[in-house]
Amino acid sequence: MKIIVLVKHVPDAQFDRHLTGEGYTTDRDESILSELDEYALEAALQLAEARGGAKAGNHVIALSMGASGAVNAVKKALQMGATEGVHLTDSGLAGSDAAATSLALAAAIRHLGTGAPVDLVLTGMASTDGETSLVPAQLAERLGLPQVTFASSLTVDGGRITARRDADTYSETVEASLPAVVSVTDQINEPRYPNFKGIIAAKRKSITTLSLADIGVDPTHVGHAGSWTTVTAAEERPPRTAGTIITDEGDAGVRLVDFLAAQKLL
Amino acid sequence: MANVLVFIDNPGNALKKSTLELLTLGRSLGETAVALNGELHQGVSATLAEYGVSAVFRPSAQDLDDYLVSAKAAYLGAAASAAGAGTVLLDNSPEGKEIAARLGIRLNAGVITDVVAVDTDGTAHKSVLAGSYTTAARTTTAVSVLTVKANNVTPEPASVASAPETSTIDVPADATTGARITAREQKVASGRPDLSDARIVVAGGRGVDGDFGPVEQLADALGAAVGASRAATDAGWISHDAQVGQTGRTVSPQLYISAGISGAIQQKAGMQTAKIIVAVNKDAESPIFEIADFGIIGDLFDVLPQATEEIKKRKG
Repeated sequence: MKIIVLVKHVPDAQFDRHLTGEGYTTDRDESILSELDEYALEAALQLAEARGGAKAGNHVIALSMGASGAVNAVKKALQMGATEGVHLTDSGLAGSDAAATSLALAAAIRHLGTGAPVDLVLTGMASTDGETSLVPAQLAERLGLPQVTFASSLTVDGGRITARRDADTYSETVEASLPAVVSVTDQINEPRYPNFKGIIAAKRKSITTLSLADIGVDPTHVGHAGSWTTVTAAEERPPRTAGTIITDEGDAGVRLVDFLAAQKLL
Repeated sequence: MANVLVFIDNPGNALKKSTLELLTLGRSLGETAVALNGELHQGVSATLAEYGVSAVFRPSAQDLDDYLVSAKAAYLGAAASAAGAGTVLLDNSPEGKEIAARLGIRLNAGVITDVVAVDTDGTAHKSVLAGSYTTAARTTTAVSVLTVKANNVTPEPASVASAPETSTIDVPADATTGARITAREQKVASGRPDLSDARIVVAGGRGVDGDFGPVEQLADALGAAVGASRAATDAGWISHDAQVGQTGRTVSPQLYISAGISGAIQQKAGMQTAKIIVAVNKDAESPIFEIADFGIIGDLFDVLPQATEEIKKRKG
């Protein structure tokens, strides 16, 4: 199997995050591999391992799109066990919205499928920066592939994939034929930590760098120029400040209800 | 020709409040048509007229629910073209966003999610980076696709009711390819409001120590949805569907009551756009108190039942 896992380099949510510059793009200092992408990578590694791993021709390719720092997301994925890394980077990509991102990633995936076709594209359920969850579905639409999204379990049998997903009021079993685009939730597995062996092995793995020219994408179709949405204003919200804090002296429940009544919330 | 198309998916006998919000918002932007999937019941039909809807579209195929997202996106794309819509509005549920995603590619239309308000010139407002910024965004395309968060518009019927005409949209042949739903299990209905749409959320965390009883009883007294921190769902005390936070559900209710939750950054990310935050926690050092409008340092097993009794007493 040839599995591509999309890994995104996102600002660490433990720190304050900022929008900068003319297009109000996210400041990517202090960035890490998006936590939600680790579940997709783990799912890919488990599928590959169950089929005999790389020796038996099961490849897990970690693909990241972004400026120079994004290569760190690829490196982390290699440390966890991905077999190859690909970094799609080009100044023309800066400021891409979901539609432009999906266009570039679709082209990169087609490029990586020359020779041996791609069987599966795995992603996290959303990035932890943009949080739109648009890219997996848009990628599927652009590649003309079935999408299986928000999978909380996943099995692959022959050329078919079966997944379970949970909606508000019901759970579904979903089936699709491969190739497919699949996004997974944080319920699907427990991602492994890179161990010492993995970290050493990652140093020997190659990372391919691709530009827009390599994947045949016109720079006017991506980046700010090719995006279909534009941010016209951004304002940092004043941080929430603490209000009244009381210590329970036996009547806090009643005082809570007094507060709710005063706010007209009863 | 309508300017705005609102997608309504399987409404059942009555429209949800969040759908009425979409219809009200749609009317502020222009003439509004509806693309319905599922049965059109009498009550829903009457409400659409009250809300001034000019046309109702229904799909030629009855099996859109059997396919994951792509079939509904294909239908909606055809309906948007038939209506000549410049704006398509959907709810902000995970499925609503995904239908919007695929629809955007089909229509060459920009998609904006998590929208809380739309100006008459089409500028959409939202908050990003876990509520730390508010932004204004526009699409640069002929058609805009917007998914709108619940609880940001007050539903209002039109001043003059309409008599919407119903017509059928031919669903494109490529709609029924892709991933197929082969089984669907209904979950046990709690009778509580949906977490994403609820006006009030009462959430429990590690501090409930396996017993969600006091959280659920307070929620029921307030007509609220029940939420939980990741620690509580990971411990198996409550279903994962209840998880509020960066990797769970993002909620933006009028009132969020946090009980026994310390308020780690990931949990705060899921709820800090709530209008009012109340926190109950034994540990005075909990970060949740930094953002609470009303904080109680105390045992939730004392405070919550007392509040529940007091609400019942006052409501008589």
